[in-house]
Amino acid sequence: MAQFPLNVNGQSRTIEADGEMPLLWALRDLLRLTGTKYGCGIGMCGACTVHLDGTAVRSCQTTVADARGKKVVTIEGLGLERGKQVALHAVQRAWIAEQVPQCGYCQSGQIMSAAALLANKPHPTDSEIDDAMTGNICRCATYFRIRKAIHTAAQEMRA
Amino acid sequence: MKTKQEQVGTTTQRKISRRAFLGTGAAAAAGGALVIGFTLRRHFHNVDVADEAAGKVAVGNPFDAWVHVQPDGSAELVLAQSEMGQGVYTALPMLLAEEADLDWQRVRVVQSEFSLGTGGSGSVMSNYLPLRQAGAMVRTVMIATAARQWGVAESECTTLNSEVMHARSSRRVSYGQLVPAARAMPLPNFKTVKLKDPAQFTLIGKPTQHLDIPDKCTGAARFGLDVRLPGMVYAVIARCPTFGGTPAKFDATKALAVPGVLQVFEIPAKGYRIFTAGGIAVVATSTWAAMQGRKALQITWNRGPHSTESTDMLRAQMKEALAHAPAWTSDTEGVSLDNVLASRRVESVYEFPFLAHACMEPMNITAHLREGRCEVWAPSQAADAMRSVIAKELELAESSVTVHTTLMGGGFGRRYQYDFPAEVAQIAKHVEVPVQLVWTREDDMTHDFYRPAGMRRMRGALDTHGNIVAWSDHLADVPLSYQWGEPGKRKPDGSELPGRPVYPIAQVRMGFTPIESAVPRAWWRSVETSFNGLAVECFTDELAHAAGEDPYRFRRRLLQLPEIPRVRGKDEGPPPDRNRLIAVLDLAAQMAGWGTSLGPHRGRGIACTTNYAYLAQVAEVTVENDTIRVDRLVTAVDCGQVVNPNGARSQLEGGMLFTLSSILKEAITIRDGAVEQQNFDDYSVLRMPEAPALETWFVESHAAPHGLGEAAVGLTGPAVANAIFAATGKRLRRMPFRMDESTA
Ligand code: FES
Ligand code: FES
Repeated sequence: MAQFPLNVNGQSRTIEADGEMPLLWALRDLLRLTGTKYGCGIGMCGACTVHLDGTAVRSCQTTVADARGKKVVTIEGLGLERGKQVALHAVQRAWIAEQVPQCGYCQSGQIMSAAALLANKPHPTDSEIDDAMTGNICRCATYFRIRKAIHTAAQEMRA
Repeated sequence: MKTKQEQVGTTTQRKISRRAFLGTGAAAAAGGALVIGFTLRRHFHNVDVADEAAGKVAVGNPFDAWVHVQPDGSAELVLAQSEMGQGVYTALPMLLAEEADLDWQRVRVVQSEFSLGTGGSGSVMSNYLPLRQAGAMVRTVMIATAARQWGVAESECTTLNSEVMHARSSRRVSYGQLVPAARAMPLPNFKTVKLKDPAQFTLIGKPTQHLDIPDKCTGAARFGLDVRLPGMVYAVIARCPTFGGTPAKFDATKALAVPGVLQVFEIPAKGYRIFTAGGIAVVATSTWAAMQGRKALQITWNRGPHSTESTDMLRAQMKEALAHAPAWTSDTEGVSLDNVLASRRVESVYEFPFLAHACMEPMNITAHLREGRCEVWAPSQAADAMRSVIAKELELAESSVTVHTTLMGGGFGRRYQYDFPAEVAQIAKHVEVPVQLVWTREDDMTHDFYRPAGMRRMRGALDTHGNIVAWSDHLADVPLSYQWGEPGKRKPDGSELPGRPVYPIAQVRMGFTPIESAVPRAWWRSVETSFNGLAVECFTDELAHAAGEDPYRFRRRLLQLPEIPRVRGKDEGPPPDRNRLIAVLDLAAQMAGWGTSLGPHRGRGIACTTNYAYLAQVAEVTVENDTIRVDRLVTAVDCGQVVNPNGARSQLEGGMLFTLSSILKEAITIRDGAVEQQNFDDYSVLRMPEAPALETWFVESHAAPHGLGEAAVGLTGPAVANAIFAATGKRLRRMPFRMDESTA
């Protein structure tokens, strides 16, 4: 066990854990930020997606040691700016407008992947959406609405 | 309430003590509210479980739903149904608010502590009338109260947005203000209370946003796995990979040396109905530590009596079964179909694999046992039944067990099962603090209750006019009834077979042969429909092509032939309305541009169903280099009155793509008595690039509504398979579909 300083959603947190512990479980069990979900633990479903220094990563495949000194943003922090809840992120608003979630379990990961995509590619084509989102499984199969919502968010962010 | 059987009754202040039984946090607030209790009847597959649950519910309380109209003008609907993303928490209050003329912005749903089963697409269907009646009772009482206060005729009063208005005297009063007086008024009889003419609906039929969606976009929604309690610990179980296997011996030394691991102990397997594997439980301070501890366990398994079972073996048995007469047959007339005069005969074998539910949120449950009471947080489709299971395991009175239903990351039938509740009860006996039992994805994949696997031989005969004169279907599968039927009372029957085809056919024979297996099976988003619907509508397509007719025209023509007179079976229900089916066939064909050219490598297929509702679908596919891509699904639906088009669409879309995933990608296979697939790397499911464009058209109707969560499950499979045939000339009959299909 060792101490790891982490920057999560703009806040400095210190956790005591084995450096090999996946960030996913540190977030969920130690910091009790349960918005980031467990779906497979092997990097195949995307439910655990968070942003590490602005890049979408699978937190089940990122160790606590890897995350040290980096900026971690989870679904709970997506609407935050400088530590304050300003508003929902454009992707979250689009998700509500297009009524995407069914059971909702995969959606934190979907939203985090979509937000990272739009940060890099403000005008994604359908095939760019396919590439960016293929790692995120939705068993309720809301894919059709996810695609629509990404286009909606892209439009809003451009406007 | 004079009789317990009454569907709707009244509870006013005198009956408020029921709130203790109900146990919601709103009990105090209910003190000054107008309260109407009523009963929403369940309607779902898992009938035995339901009955058991219902038996408990009925004790001392005839109601399972309540409306509270508060003095502040807000209204609450207290429901026993659970929300799994089907949108019932929006659709059900819409029914109430419509008839009561409630201000929609001020309606809330509260889940009651006991929950009935939610499944079988029945939530909206079975609640349509009772909820409207309850709403109409609210409106009627409010009008009566206002009319009396004003000394005017009730007929001169109108209602809107939680207010009663009297136009002639320009007076208005809010429901909230009327509540104190309304509570003393007699309630109208639910049977005779006047309902709105559906043509006047303003809320029902309007796309309405789901109330639970914002929280699911911010991480605020709490699922079972998100339950966090002070001082809690986490548990995983090492289960024998083979079904029926048990630990012979184990050494926990290394596991206990893993930092964070607190306890390791054995829990026994549980038999009939509970069906747990038993195994070695590892309890730790974090989920990850528990998983690491489990990895460090040294276990020698006794692989049990079924350790040689394999998919190959089961398939060989199915083939053998289909080569012989069925163990059960519907044939009572003794007419051999071979003797039916026919100009053409068609025969095909279809095959379907075991399927996992693979709910996005793996199974889990949290329990805290202390001082003779147990509190449980369960992502469960039948929390009340779970309470019985847990109470029994802990040898507690049911009243000492409280089950909180959490949000669920998918259900699809998996969350009816008693295995994880029984396991957490076993573990809680050893642990003093709250403990969360977590199934890893691998646990979930390898110890599911699977959709049955099977094979079937379909035979059909056409006369010289291209009409179907004979149809036979011999199914050999690993039946649900052998899993859930009481040991010793199991015998083959027709329960897993489809009803008669909707097309008029003089000679129909159904046959069934059960195949024994140790692989656990259960309900899976409609179960039989998922394999029956495909066989029926693909085989119909085969017959259309054998008759040399366009498959859409063929169906349409057959549906217009005169009904063949016969005695309908007792449990068959009324015959489907063929005109409604023809209407959706026409609509789907028209919207999809049926008959126009699609270009090379592409094809269209059509299918229709009367399961759950009237639906027809046209699928468009491209098959290039042996890769199947589904481009577009055009669906026409007549499900009666659509309550919330947003939710209805969403349910249908989910059902279609869930099915698409199963027919194109999914299979569970067995080897050496265990499931071969472990996780989403070897159990592939549909992903974004494979999701087609969806177009869904509703037929406007005020007929009684039908649920839609499972309606598309028997539809998308055949539409896609028929489209693959149209594109390639190759008929695929073994799922999941591959262009290089082998039936060996
Ligand atoms: S839990 Fe990390 S990708 Fe599935
Ligand atoms: S919404 Fe249920 S898994 Fe995506």
